[in-house]
Amino acid sequence: MSAVFYIASTIAVVAAFLAVTRSDALHAVLWLLVALFGIAVDFLVLGAPFLAALEVIVYAGAIVVVILFVMMMVAGPAASRGQERRWLPPRAWILPSLLAAGLAALAVTWLAGAGGPAAEGTVIGARRVGMLLFSDWLVAVELASVLLLAGLVGALYLSSGSEGPARANGRRRQPWPDPDVTGPGRGGAAD
Amino acid sequence: MAAVPTGHVLVVAVLLVCIGAFGVLLRRNLLFMLLSLEVVLNGAALAFIGAGSRWQQPDGQAFVLLIMVMAAAEVAVGLALFLQIHRRVSSLDADALDSLRG
Repeated sequence: MSAVFYIASTIAVVAAFLAVTRSDALHAVLWLLVALFGIAVDFLVLGAPFLAALEVIVYAGAIVVVILFVMMMVAGPAASRGQERRWLPPRAWILPSLLAAGLAALAVTWLAGAGGPAAEGTVIGARRVGMLLFSDWLVAVELASVLLLAGLVGALYLSSGSEGPARANGRRRQPWPDPDVTGPGRGGAAD
Repeated sequence: MAAVPTGHVLVVAVLLVCIGAFGVLLRRNLLFMLLSLEVVLNGAALAFIGAGSRWQQPDGQAFVLLIMVMAAAEVAVGLALFLQIHRRVSSLDADALDSLRG
């Protein structure tokens, strides 16, 4: 079973790298989907089948689809491909690569021998997680529901900024005033 | 079943976090920044699952559940902000948001 972990982890890491570096937005989201499935398999191997299912349902099912919707609303992925290429010149890669590689090297050398082996064979199912959540972690569950409500209200308010029900004193309420200058920024990238 | 050393799980988690941070630093498109943040959060979740498996406690899984709730709220608000920014600045570039500059 541990071979499954290493295969799935390799797939997840490679797919995650491709997801953050592709210039085609649609391809990036699909690679993110692959990475999420790999991580879900990791969860399964580590004895968390409930969270593996939730990873597929919530992340791959809901969050990725929402990102995809917004992507389709904003611009056709094919149209923005050339723009993404222009935004990623080779010299833009240098500093992020150095920083991320340094951080990864430090953490990997520090962590590679840490922690000892995982205990074998015990699956922590939805029952134990649920018992914990609704006894000791009850306040956290309530706070999570409040957070979801805040996210819902915030998203509704922000997305109804220019038209829709959010009005005050007969005029449109906007999250922030219109910028005076809407010309091309430093990058000169008004599409 | 699995006899994966906890250190290896943490290495995979750290690699995911570093890839996500790399994406946030590299990209200029706000949508890709949000996408990279998802990778970071998944790395953190994997670390929690590995630790929960190491000590045979359900707390790690419960925390990952809360991370998922947080990620869902973050994506909802972040994408709404993204649409609003796109409507106002008509650009996907994070560098275009410099109207606070004097």
